[in-house]
Amino acid sequence: MTPRIAEIWVYLAASPLLGLTVTLLAYQGAFWIYRRSGSNPLANPVLIAVSALVLFLTLTGTSYQTYFAGAQFVHFLLGPATVALAIPLYTQFKRVKAMLLPVVAGLFAGSLSAVLSAVFIGRLFGASLPTQLSLAPKSVTTPIAMGIAERIGGIPSLTAVLVIVTGILGAVGARYVFDAMKLHDPAIRGFAIGIASHGIGTARAFQVNEQSGAFAALAMGLNGALTAILLPPLAGWLN
Amino acid sequence: MLSALTQLLIFQLLGEVIARSLDLSLPGPVLGMLLLFLSLILRGGPGHELQTTSQNLLQHLSLLFVPAGTGIMVHLHRVADEWLALLLSLLLSTFATLLVTALVMKLCQPKAPQPGEAP
Repeated sequence: MTPRIAEIWVYLAASPLLGLTVTLLAYQGAFWIYRRSGSNPLANPVLIAVSALVLFLTLTGTSYQTYFAGAQFVHFLLGPATVALAIPLYTQFKRVKAMLLPVVAGLFAGSLSAVLSAVFIGRLFGASLPTQLSLAPKSVTTPIAMGIAERIGGIPSLTAVLVIVTGILGAVGARYVFDAMKLHDPAIRGFAIGIASHGIGTARAFQVNEQSGAFAALAMGLNGALTAILLPPLAGWLN
Repeated sequence: MLSALTQLLIFQLLGEVIARSLDLSLPGPVLGMLLLFLSLILRGGPGHELQTTSQNLLQHLSLLFVPAGTGIMVHLHRVADEWLALLLSLLLSTFATLLVTALVMKLCQPKAPQPGEAP
């Protein structure tokens, strides 16, 4: 690098402009690949964008804190976007009311299997107790999951990462599970994705079908609330 | 667009204030979603502007997870220590959850499923 370029880099590395721009660039590139693949779930845009960004930040020696100073403007929109999920939920309200029994039964069954299977499989393969407790809320949306992890003795920042990975796994794999089950109802497919893989699964569901997206949003909200209530008392018993 | 965005922020703020003052374990935005949903039922649906703005926002919901996801670079060493247990737990548990939820719902469903494109 010539001194001039180095100077410009020093300026850019300290300004939020770079973090924000590379986030949008990485995502648009990832989304282009996803569309080009015919919306193949394996080409998940979050997975591609995150991999590209980690590679870019590592190669340029930029710390996550510096990056996040810019990326926080995108991160902030998660709040209003979560609130906005009320609109598709309202649009699909008739269908939700008609499916009240499957929704409630699916919620309890899914919520419990998400927590118990994560903890016991982790235990079976030798995860430490704090790691098991960090795994427990992994199907719940990030802010709730971190709060729960803190309360039950897990590691909140580790939980945040596990939540994102779970979201990507669900968004990528759900189609294969449902196709193997010969399950075609977009409402059930959406709801199961929302229970298992929260917002990232919901994002994938919206890209495919509006009804699936609405049911995924509903499932994400309900599972967050139920896990926050059930897991703390359950955690004492899991120890 | 501006008034719709303002509405979303007001509901998030309301949710945040209520969740904190009542010491609820629900995060503010999720409570805000429930409050907005209730208000939509009361006023009989969203206006055109709120409808289009939220549609635009939700179309790129995945983008909003990218900054938090990139945080994995901070935890790479911790993940490396227990990677096998973590990977198997996340993978098997996610698939088990999808399977159990969908199966239970299918069994409880009263009517024949609607046809349509699905994820």
